[in-house]
Amino acid sequence: MTVGRTTPAPQETGTPALRQRVLVLYLSTSALDSPVIGWSRYDGTGRTSPTTGDSDEPPYETGVAALCDGWRLIQAAQLIPSGSGSEYDVSFLKHEFFFEQLVDSRV
Amino acid sequence: MARFVASGSLRLDAVVPAEMNAEALHVLADGVPSVPCGTPLSRAYTPGSFAHRLLELPQVAGALSSLVGPEPDVDHHAVHIREPHGGEAQPLHADAIIDVRTDAFDVQLMYYPQQVTLEMGGTLSVPGSHLRRTNETDTGRYQNLRGQDRLVCPAGTVVFLHHGLWHGGRRNDSDIPRYMFKIRFNPTVRQRLLWDVTDLHDPRVRRELDAHFPWYEQAGGRLERYNRVLLWREVTGDEGFDLDHWVTRVANRPEGDAA
Repeated sequence: MTVGRTTPAPQETGTPALRQRVLVLYLSTSALDSPVIGWSRYDGTGRTSPTTGDSDEPPYETGVAALCDGWRLIQAAQLIPSGSGSEYDVSFLKHEFFFEQLVDSRV
Repeated sequence: MARFVASGSLRLDAVVPAEMNAEALHVLADGVPSVPCGTPLSRAYTPGSFAHRLLELPQVAGALSSLVGPEPDVDHHAVHIREPHGGEAQPLHADAIIDVRTDAFDVQLMYYPQQVTLEMGGTLSVPGSHLRRTNETDTGRYQNLRGQDRLVCPAGTVVFLHHGLWHGGRRNDSDIPRYMFKIRFNPTVRQRLLWDVTDLHDPRVRRELDAHFPWYEQAGGRLERYNRVLLWREVTGDEGFDLDHWVTRVANRPEGDAA
């Protein structure tokens, strides 16, 4: 049996080949307009390869600044109280915000 | 010591002489024979060997003794070579497994025999991250943090890291290999007042301990100071030490009855 392709490839139709770019911002408080203290990037187009320790300056000063530049917020860290007895422990960064951009990988 | 307690590292620039740095490139390329975990320092390296002479340098020996005391055990050592334009950056991590000791700490010596440029991908470390309770590469999601330290240093630099400090080797984008020699030490004595304490009450000590690092969250930064006070109390034995009343306030349990 031969399985034929039912959906034309994007380049055949002119349909955008959408890929996700992801930006993770770590903020000073749980407020989206608070200062950026850390950042990570991932590129679903494969055109760039961001990595650990590749920049000293954040891409935006606040989370809202990323929104203003067209990034779409897709996840914000929940506020979870410390367990009893661990209120003074420090661990992972608490205020993590995931953003995405959809880009046409053909362009 | 106050700076180490606050930042989690101590950097000694160009303390290894040029002739030893040149020798190190060959020694490290050939590999350093392994040492069984837990070997007392005095028995770990053959007198006259490169590692033995490195650890005998006055500034290196003095810093080691100040941090972990006399005759620590050698936990392990490793030679790290980053090939030119090769490899990936390591994810941000703390070595070994999660280590939440509050009354003792290991140190890791990192020796750089060459001048390290930004392009060579020197070790990335995050000042003030050593008291965070995280396990190994679980922090790998964090690519960049404000105030991070991308090591750039002259040849012969030695850095001591607290065992919990977040760090990672950066990608080497240069044309030459980068060498680093690491030794982890376990203390065998209580780490209290092991350094020159003649300036223990100098106002600069308190300022060092009150350091703020740009990547701290607003609330978490206060907890960092709280935990830093506890570590300073441990290494000095001064149970009354505090910064801005952080520990004293929440430890207040009056027992007397009102008149």
